[in-house]
Amino acid sequence: MSTSQAYNEEKGGSSSLGEPEYGHDPASGGIFSSDYKRHDDLKEMLDSNKDSLKLEAMKRIVAMIARGKNASDLFPAVVKNVACKNIEVKKLVYVYLVRYAEEQQDLALLSISTFQRGLKDPNQLIRASALRVLSSIRVPIIVPIMMLAIKEAASDMSPYVRKTAAHAIPKLYSLDSDQKDQLIEVIEKLLADKTTLVAGSVVMAFEEVCPERIDLIHKNYRKLCNLLIDVEEWGQVVIINMLTRYARTQFLSPNQNESLLEENAEKAFYGSDEEDAKDDKTEAASLVKRKPYVMDPDHRLLLRNTKPLLQSRNAAVVMAVAQLYFHLAPKAEVGVIAKALVRLLRSHSEVQYVVLQNVATMSIKRRGMFEPYLKSFYIRSTDPTQIKILKLEVLTNLANETNISTILREFQTYIRSMDKDFVAATIQAIGRCATNIGKVRDTCLNGLVQLLSNRDELVVAESVVVIKKLLQMQPSQHSEIIKHMAKLTDNIQVPMARASILWLIGEYCEHVPKIAPDVLRKMAKSFTNEEDIVKLQVINLAAKLYLTNSKQSKLLTQYVLNLAKYDQNYDIRDRARFIRQLIVPTEKSGALNKYAKKLFLAQKPAPILESSFKDRDHFQLGSLSHLLNAKAVGYQELPDWPDEAPDPSVRNVEVPEWTKCTSREKRKEKVEKPFYSDSEGESGPTESADSEPESVSESESESSSGTESGSGSGSEEEEEESGDQSEEEKKKKKKKKKEKELPRKASLESMGSNTGASSDPNRDQRHGDFCFICPGILPLPSLYPHLISSVPQVISPVFSSVKTYELLHRMTGEGLSVEYYFSRQPFAPDPHMVAVQIQFSNNTDSEVKNVRISEPKLLSGMRVQEFKEIESLAPGETTSVVMGIDFCDSTQAANFQLCTHTRQFYGAIQPPVGELMAPVFMSENEFKKEQGKLTGMSEITEKLTLPETCQSDHTIVQRVTSAANVSRVPCGADNEYRFAAKTVTSGSLVLITLEKKEGALAQLTVNSEKMVIGTMLVKDIIQALTQ
Amino acid sequence: MIHSLFLINCSGDIFLEKHWKSVVSQSVCDYFFEAQEKAVDVENVPPVISTPHHYLISIYRDKIFFVSVIQTEVPPLFVIEFLHRVADTFQDYFGECSETAIKDNVVIVYELLEEMLDNGFPLATESNILKELIKPPTILRSVVNSITGSSNVGDTLPTGQLSNIPWRRAGVKYTNNEAYFDVIEEIDAIIDKSGSTVFAEIQGVIDSCIKLSGMPDLSLSFMNPRLLDDVSFHPCIRFKRWESERVLSFIPPDGNFRLISYRVSSQNLVAIPVYVKHMISFKENSSSGRFDVTIGPKQNMGKTVEGVVMTVHMPKAVLNMNLTASQGSYTFDPVTKVLTWDVGKITPQKLPNLKGIVNLQSGAPKPEENPSLNIQFKIQQLAISGLKVNRLDMYGEKYKPFKGVKYITKAGKFQSLGSRIVLG
Repeated sequence: MSTSQAYNEEKGGSSSLGEPEYGHDPASGGIFSSDYKRHDDLKEMLDSNKDSLKLEAMKRIVAMIARGKNASDLFPAVVKNVACKNIEVKKLVYVYLVRYAEEQQDLALLSISTFQRGLKDPNQLIRASALRVLSSIRVPIIVPIMMLAIKEAASDMSPYVRKTAAHAIPKLYSLDSDQKDQLIEVIEKLLADKTTLVAGSVVMAFEEVCPERIDLIHKNYRKLCNLLIDVEEWGQVVIINMLTRYARTQFLSPNQNESLLEENAEKAFYGSDEEDAKDDKTEAASLVKRKPYVMDPDHRLLLRNTKPLLQSRNAAVVMAVAQLYFHLAPKAEVGVIAKALVRLLRSHSEVQYVVLQNVATMSIKRRGMFEPYLKSFYIRSTDPTQIKILKLEVLTNLANETNISTILREFQTYIRSMDKDFVAATIQAIGRCATNIGKVRDTCLNGLVQLLSNRDELVVAESVVVIKKLLQMQPSQHSEIIKHMAKLTDNIQVPMARASILWLIGEYCEHVPKIAPDVLRKMAKSFTNEEDIVKLQVINLAAKLYLTNSKQSKLLTQYVLNLAKYDQNYDIRDRARFIRQLIVPTEKSGALNKYAKKLFLAQKPAPILESSFKDRDHFQLGSLSHLLNAKAVGYQELPDWPDEAPDPSVRNVEVPEWTKCTSREKRKEKVEKPFYSDSEGESGPTESADSEPESVSESESESSSGTESGSGSGSEEEEEESGDQSEEEKKKKKKKKKEKELPRKASLESMGSNTGASSDPNRDQRHGDFCFICPGILPLPSLYPHLISSVPQVISPVFSSVKTYELLHRMTGEGLSVEYYFSRQPFAPDPHMVAVQIQFSNNTDSEVKNVRISEPKLLSGMRVQEFKEIESLAPGETTSVVMGIDFCDSTQAANFQLCTHTRQFYGAIQPPVGELMAPVFMSENEFKKEQGKLTGMSEITEKLTLPETCQSDHTIVQRVTSAANVSRVPCGADNEYRFAAKTVTSGSLVLITLEKKEGALAQLTVNSEKMVIGTMLVKDIIQALTQ
Repeated sequence: MIHSLFLINCSGDIFLEKHWKSVVSQSVCDYFFEAQEKAVDVENVPPVISTPHHYLISIYRDKIFFVSVIQTEVPPLFVIEFLHRVADTFQDYFGECSETAIKDNVVIVYELLEEMLDNGFPLATESNILKELIKPPTILRSVVNSITGSSNVGDTLPTGQLSNIPWRRAGVKYTNNEAYFDVIEEIDAIIDKSGSTVFAEIQGVIDSCIKLSGMPDLSLSFMNPRLLDDVSFHPCIRFKRWESERVLSFIPPDGNFRLISYRVSSQNLVAIPVYVKHMISFKENSSSGRFDVTIGPKQNMGKTVEGVVMTVHMPKAVLNMNLTASQGSYTFDPVTKVLTWDVGKITPQKLPNLKGIVNLQSGAPKPEENPSLNIQFKIQQLAISGLKVNRLDMYGEKYKPFKGVKYITKAGKFQSLGSRIVLG
C-alpha cells in the first residue's frame, strides 16, 4: 500500500491547483479527488449536525477508499461519528474504521466503547454488527475485549449473533494466535450449536484455527451430516470438505478389497449392506469380527446425506460433493458424480476450467465413470483455448480400444482448427493415444506422417516431436519415415523439431546409413546459426556417427567439435570438450573410451507419454493445491485411510431427556421409529442394494441427536413452513405425505421383479406416454433408484402389504401374463377411483400388439378408466400401466375383456375391502369427535387374541396398514392403536381402534357408516393380526 | 478466505478495490496484468494465478475482471462461484454490471460487498436478503431520500436471514398477484459435414418471475417429468417432494430467479429444427472460390423458426466476399474474417439462401481449414424436448394468482462442422 499511498498523495497534491471548481460538484468530487483542502470541506461536513451532510461526506470518503485513495487523515473527524444515529452514516463509518483502524490504532480505541455498548443492545442486528466491526478492527490492544465479546456472543440468544461470533473467531486468531486455546473452547461450544445458521460459520472457524483437532468433530459428526442439506450453500462447501478429511481418519477404505478377486469384493459389498440394515451397535461389534469390509453406518450416513447436494445450483457445492464421493465412496458408487460434473460444463468458462481440471484427474483413475459422457467433452471452435486443451486431456484419458476410432475421427477435425496452440495439443494427444493403445499405433503414425506435409510449420514441428517418441517404440520398421524426416531438415525451422529429427537420425543412423552423414554435413554448414538445443543435437549426431561410421564422418565431427569449442554457450563448449575426450582416442583418454559406443548407442527405453494429471489425486480434489499441482499455504493434507478403524462409539451422543417429547412432531417420530428399522430389516432382501443402508442411520440419527436429524429436518421443515397455513391445508399435506410412501414401494417392487428393464429406454418411453393421462401415478423413474432410497420418512409397513394378484396366468394367456396390485396412490384423473397397477409380461417369442381393455361388464354405478392401449410389447419385455376403477365402495369384481391383437381374455379385478379406502390424517381429538358420531349400528366390535408373533407395536401397526390402506392416528394411551381412512367413492370415514388388554387379549372396534365395509374390514384385520 | 477484491476494466485500470482483511497493495495485480498480456485473448486468462505471496482468482464478466486475492487454501470454485454471484447482484441492482454503473453507485457497491462477505467468508448472498438490507437505487427513492434525509439502509435484521427460508423476504405485497414461468430450452449440437448429428443435447432452464403476496407455497407439476434427466435446483425447492412425486414444491423467492436448470436425458433423440446445406469451394490456381449456403426447417414441430443468424469464421486467406442473400442481410468483417448473415424467419416456401464469390488474397495458397458454421435461432411457444407444465397449485394464501407459462427453444452452441472445401 505504501507505494500507492505515496503516489496518491503526490497526485492529490498536484491536482489541488488544477481543479478547485470540482468542489461544487459532490458526485464527481468524491471519486476523483483527494485534495487536502477538500478534506477540510469534508471535515466540516462531518462536524456539522445535519445527518444529510454527514452522509454526503461519508459517501465521498467511501468513494475515495473504493478508488484506493488515501483518506487516513480524516480519521479523527470520522471516528467522532461512530455513535451517529443515522444508520447509513454509521455503516459507512464502520467501513472506514475497519479500513484504517490498523494504521491509526490509538485513535481507533476511541470508538471501542461505542461497540461495547452496542454489544449489550436489545436489537440483535446491532449486537451482531457491533461484534462484527469490533472484531474486524485489527488493533492488538483490544484482544482481551474481543475475546470477552466473542465468548459472550457465543452464548447469545440469537443464532445470528452466534454466527457472527463464529466469524469473529478466525479474525481474533489471525490477530493473536496465542488465544488459540481459549478460542478452541468457543469453537467447541459453537460446534454443538444445533442451528443451521451457525454450522457453516463455525466449521469455517474450526478449519482456520484448529483443523488438527479432529476429536472436536466426533460428537457433532452425525448432527452435521443431518443438518447439511439445510445449511446455506457456502457453509455446505466448508463442511463437506472438512467431513471428507474427517472420514478419511475415522473410517476404513471402502475399496480395500479391490485387490481381491472381483467376486469376493462384490460379496463383501453386498454383505456390508445387509449389515447396515441391522442395529448400530451390532454393526460396530461385527466390524471387529467380520473380515470382509463392512461400511461404518456413519460413513454411509455421510455419503447418503451429501448425494442430494449434487443437484445444487452452486458449482462449488457440487464439486465438494464430487470430491467427497471420489475420495470416500466405494468404487461402485462413485459414478453418480459424473452426471453432475458434466452439467457444470455448461456454466461460466472459469467454472469449466476448474471442473475440467478435476475431471482430468478423476478420469485417469476412474475412466469408466465419464465414458458415457464422452461426447460432452467434444470441443467447439468457440471454446477458449485453455478449455479446449483441458477437454483434449480428458478425451485422451477416456480413450480406450472401443472408442478410439471415434475419438481419432474427432481429433482429425481438430487438426484443421485455426487455433494453433490447440492443434499442437491435439497432435500430442494423438501421440498419447498411440502409445497407450497399441491397436491404433500404426494408424496414428500414418496420420502424423501425413501431417508432415502440412503447410503450417508449427503443425509439422509438433508432429515431428511426437513421431520421434512413437518411433522409439519400434524403430526398425520405420526407416522410411526417418528418411522422410531427414528431408525435412531443409525446410523446418522450429528448433525443437530440428533437434528431434537430428536425435532420431543419430539414434537410428544404422537404419539410414547413407543419409545420416549427409545430414550432418548440412548441419555442420549451418551450425553457427542454430539454436542451442539444435547445436547440442548436432554434436550428439556427430558423436554417434563418428562411432558407427568414422570413415565418412571423422572430419565432419572434428569440424563440428571445433566450432562448438568456441561457442558462446558454455553448455555447448562443455559438451564438445566432453565428447571429444570420450570418442577421439588419445593417449590421455582413459578407460571410458572403450565404452563410448556402449554409452552412446545403448538401447534407450521408449518414453512413456503420460498425462500431466497423473497422480494429482494425492491432493484433495477441488482444492487450490490440486489445481496448481503444488501445496498451497494452509492446505490440509488428505490423510490415508487407517488400517484399523478407530472406535466408532466416539460419535455416539446421548439423547437429552427433554428433547424427546417437546413437540407433537417428535412424539410421532418416536412412535414410528421402531418400525422403520425393523421392517426395513425384514424387507431387506427385496430391496435394492442402494436403498438399504437407509434404515440404519435412520434409527441412528434419531437416537443420536434428537434434533433436526435427517428425517427430522425434512419433515420438520415442511411442518414449519406450513405453520401458517390453515388447518385443512395441513391435513392435506399430511395426507399427501402418507400417500407418497406408497408408490415408492410399488416402484421398488416392480423394479425388483424385472431387473434390467429399468435401463431399457423403450420402457421408459412407455411410462412417459402414460403419464400423459395421469402424471401423479407413474411409478418413480427407475433412472433414480438411488434417489428413491434417500427419502427418510418411509412408512415401510406397506412394503409387505403390496400383494400381487394374478389377472391372467401365462398358460391361459398363451404366454402373456398379467398381474395387478393396488398401488395405493390417488388416481389423479378421478379421485373416486382406486388406482390399480397392472403389469404385463410377454413371455412369448413374438410381439404382442394392441393390448387394451374392452367391454367392461360392470355393476350399476361402477366405472372404469381404461389405460391407454399398449401398442406393442416385445418378447420378454414387461410393462406396467395404471387403470382406475370406481368400485362404488363394494367388493364386487370389475369384469372386462382383455384384448390383444390376436386374442381376447376374460379378466376380473376384485378388490380386498382394505383397498377401497384412502388414508386420512386426523388428530386425536378429531378422531374422538368423529368416533362419537359413529356409534350404535355403525360400530362393530370384536374380541381377539393376539398371537405371540404379533405383540410388538410395530408388527401390529404394520399388519393393520398392510391389510387396509389406512393411516395411523396419534394416540395418548400406550395400549391403544388408532387408524383412520375414508372410503374412496363416498368419502365415508372408517375409524379403527385396537385396544390391547391384559395378556394377549385385544379388542378391535371399527366405526363406519358403511356397515358392510366395517364388518368385512373387522374380519380382514383380525385375520391379518392372528395369522 | 477472500482477502481482497479488485475490479479491473479492459484497459487495465483498477477502478475499485475492497479489502476484507488487512490491505493488500494494488501492485499484486501486476501479476494478473502479466498473465493477461501472455494470454492475448481475454478468454484465455487463467482463472487461477499463483504469485509468490498470494493467489489470484479471477473471473471475466461484462468487460470487467473481478480479481480476488487469496492467501490460503480455498476451493477455487468457491471463489469463482462467489464472484459470479457478486456480478449477478450488481446486475440485479443496477440493471447492468458495467464499469459506469459500478462507478455511479460506488457507495452501494461498497455497502453490498461489506454485507456479502465477513472476514472473507460469504455472509449474505441471497438477493432478497440484500435488498432488505440495502435498497436498490431508483430515481424516485433518491429524490425522496435527498428531501427527507432517510437512508437506503434497512435497520432491522432481514427476516430471511434467520428463518430457514432465507431466500424470501417477509411482508411482500402486490395488488396484482402473478406467477410467470419461462421454460427456455437450448439445443447444443454439432452436425458434421454430411448432415448427421455428432452430438446433440437439450439444456433447459425454468426462469420464474413471481410476484405473489405473503408466503405462497407453490407446487408445479409436469406432464412428463421423466424427461428431466439431470436437474439442479434453486435451494427453495423441496428435494424430497421431487424425489418421491416429481413435483416441484417450493416457497418462491420474490421476483426473478432461476427455478431449475435441467438436461434432457440423452436417450431421447434430439430433434434438430434446422438443416444447413453448404458448399464452399476454391479453385486450384485462382484467387476466388464459390460459396453457397441454404438453411431450411427440419423437425420444427410446425412452428416458425425465427431469429436465425449464421456466423462463419472464414479462413485467413479470404480477402472479401461478394454474396447475394435471398433474404436478410449479411456482413463480412475483413479484419476478423467473420461472416454474419442475419436471416430472420425461415419460410418453407422459399428457403433462405446466400451465395456468391469468395475472393482470396492473391498468391495466397488455397485454404485448407474448414470453417464451421454457427447458427442461432429461436422458436417461440415450443419446448423442443416436449416438456409441458401440467399445473401450478398454490397453498398458504387465499387469493387467486394469475399464472402464465411461456416456452422458448433457442440454439445454444449449435455448430455445423467443417463445411467441405472442395479442392480442384
